[in-house]
Amino acid sequence: MAVLVVAAHDGKTVRANVANAVAAAAQMDPEVHVLVAGSNAGEAAQSAAAIQGVAKVLQAEDAAYANWLAEDIAPLVVKLAPGYSHVVMAADSVGKNVAPRAAALLDVAQVSEAIQVVSPDTFVRPIYAGNAMATVQSTDKIKIVTVRPTNFKAAAGGGSAAIEQIAGTGSAGLSSFAGAELSKSERPELTSAKIVVSGGRGLQSGENFKMLETLADKLGAGLGASRAAVDAGYVPNDYQVGQTGKVVAPDLYIAIGISGAIQHLAGMKDSKTIVAINKDEEAPIFQVADYGLVGDLFQIVPELTAAIEKK
Amino acid sequence: MKVLVAVKRVIDYNVKIRVKADNTGVETANVKMSMNPFDEIAVEEAIRMKEKGAATEIIAFSAGPAQCQETIRTALAMGADRGVLVQTDAELQPLAVAKLLKAVVDKEQPGLVIVGKQAIDDDSNQTGQMLAALLGWSVGTFANKLNVADGTVEVKREVDGGLENIKIKMPAVITTDLRLNEPRYASLPNIMKAKKKPIETLAPDALGVDVAPRLKTLKVEEPPKRKSGIKVKTVAELVEKLRNEAGVI
Ligand SMILES: Cc1cc2nc3c(=O)[nH]c(=O)nc-3n(C[C@H](O)[C@H](O)[C@H](O)COP(=O)(O)OP(=O)(O)OC[C@H]3O[C@@H](n4cnc5c(N)ncnc54)[C@H](O)[C@@H]3O)c2cc1C
Ligand SMILES: Cc1cc2nc3c(=O)[nH]c(=O)nc-3n(C[C@H](O)[C@H](O)[C@H](O)COP(=O)(O)OP(=O)(O)OC[C@H]3O[C@@H](n4cnc5c(N)ncnc54)[C@H](O)[C@@H]3O)c2cc1C
Repeated sequence: MAVLVVAAHDGKTVRANVANAVAAAAQMDPEVHVLVAGSNAGEAAQSAAAIQGVAKVLQAEDAAYANWLAEDIAPLVVKLAPGYSHVVMAADSVGKNVAPRAAALLDVAQVSEAIQVVSPDTFVRPIYAGNAMATVQSTDKIKIVTVRPTNFKAAAGGGSAAIEQIAGTGSAGLSSFAGAELSKSERPELTSAKIVVSGGRGLQSGENFKMLETLADKLGAGLGASRAAVDAGYVPNDYQVGQTGKVVAPDLYIAIGISGAIQHLAGMKDSKTIVAINKDEEAPIFQVADYGLVGDLFQIVPELTAAIEKK
Repeated sequence: MKVLVAVKRVIDYNVKIRVKADNTGVETANVKMSMNPFDEIAVEEAIRMKEKGAATEIIAFSAGPAQCQETIRTALAMGADRGVLVQTDAELQPLAVAKLLKAVVDKEQPGLVIVGKQAIDDDSNQTGQMLAALLGWSVGTFANKLNVADGTVEVKREVDGGLENIKIKMPAVITTDLRLNEPRYASLPNIMKAKKKPIETLAPDALGVDVAPRLKTLKVEEPPKRKSGIKVKTVAELVEKLRNEAGVI
């Protein structure tokens, strides 16, 4: 039986992490279908069809799907699931919202944030903020799995799967969308950026984060933050990296004025190269850093920005 | 309106986790246990609703071993009115917890159930969503701000791109995110008072719920360790290493 990947999208393209989810799904069963549910989601469906390894795209058009309310999307997933061995979603804020609802309606367990597919029914997932790795085996007939995108190499483009139109399931009438306040940024998206510059409480203010923006722009980097920086209001919530925020694994992660609490490390310790800049030489962040620089960030960051510029 | 809050007993977030030598789980003997931090936020939100007159009674629910009493007492000391403990030594997975919660909801008929978005031990991020599904209720996950009015809840949610606003019909399930509020500490007089508040103890069987795990934990291991790095002395040295050694800029 095939695997169904449920894709989040913005109407134009499916999220970049759908290609990672497809790669993970292909390890569960070679036949991968992608569900694109939406209102005017034709372009998004085409972008899904272009992912290598996708055998078929199911496009469900329904006004109820325009804003991805869990109450409306889950019944569609539940209707399709019996035809599949697995339902897979990326473990982002959409997957985390929709997948458990579908799982409970199907009376099956969910495997959250799988980082490895051991066999079609066995997965590795981090627990305790990544301080332990559990290998779990699902005993359910349909396996609902969210996968951590950074642990699966994205499937390439250039595919041309067929797109099949399917009927929607309408609105459950329980919830409605009332607008979004999205952070605007020209910078690469945090979870897929090759370089991430992240700031913590050491920055002392939102104003001082501008310094990191300049550095990030020089490097073509995404911008992240610790929980302390978000709680203090220096930056919006979607910047938070960590156990309870976003998980990133870029080629280069630069932690600036971040102490390195386990909850923060959980979100970045799979980065290829880690740089830490902190004035406290005992800060735990240095234990995971490949290159540590002890000193005052207010002096170091401008110097670093200038040095990178010189090339 | 009654509000039901779920409070889970977890290893305190400050404890350094150790994996058991036999790879069956993590060491829990003689380890400090606390209320899941997201559940403290849930309890706080319920108390604020009661203080504003939007809620009349707060029931704190926990499922697990007898020691979960302590977690419920903490909620009672913060300001919850009474507790329900579903006592079992069995391993509980989110679907089972959601079914237990549903059984208690059917009995108590709260207008809102507030749970944490994730428990910091198993990091599943499932229970609230599953409960809402089983009840056929709406759900507001990752709540940053709530406004209860006329049978609906306006929920500001923390999502990947920032914040999103939804309006959901009550009764509803809410899952808390970090910025919803800052939980209070229980005062000493309130801790004393909490000792007299009632806690009802139930068994999963009495609720007609099969809690058998659906996921088998085959083993639990240490994560791979990063090899330790070096300290550089200057910015110039750092840039040189990043260019020529790591090759990342
Ligand atoms: C339930 C729960 C969930 C959590 N989830 C997350 C999460 O997802 N992500 C997360 O990040 N945290 C999370 N936390 C919080 C975490 O425990 C830490 O409190 C937080 O990561 C600390 O942020 P910080 O390193 O910026 O601040 P601090 O720990 O205060 O560290 C600031 C650092 O800046 C340095 N510094 C100060 N001034 C300078 C200067 N001028 N130059 C150089 N260095 C300087 C200091 O030496 C210090 O090391 C969570 C906590 C809980 C309880
Ligand atoms: C290796 C391993 C060993 C385990 N061993 C045991 C064991 O020995 N004993 C055992 O009891 N469990 C055990 N578990 C189960 C595990 O600790 C969780 O209880 C279960 O998987 C629920 O996941 P979660 O709490 O991460 O759910 P989440 O969906 O992340 O929880 C979200 C919210 O749901 C509510 N909630 C969840 N569970 C409860 C609860 N029990 N009571 C009240 N509210 C709750 C809370 O509000 C919480 O914030 C084990 C799990 C693993 C992986």
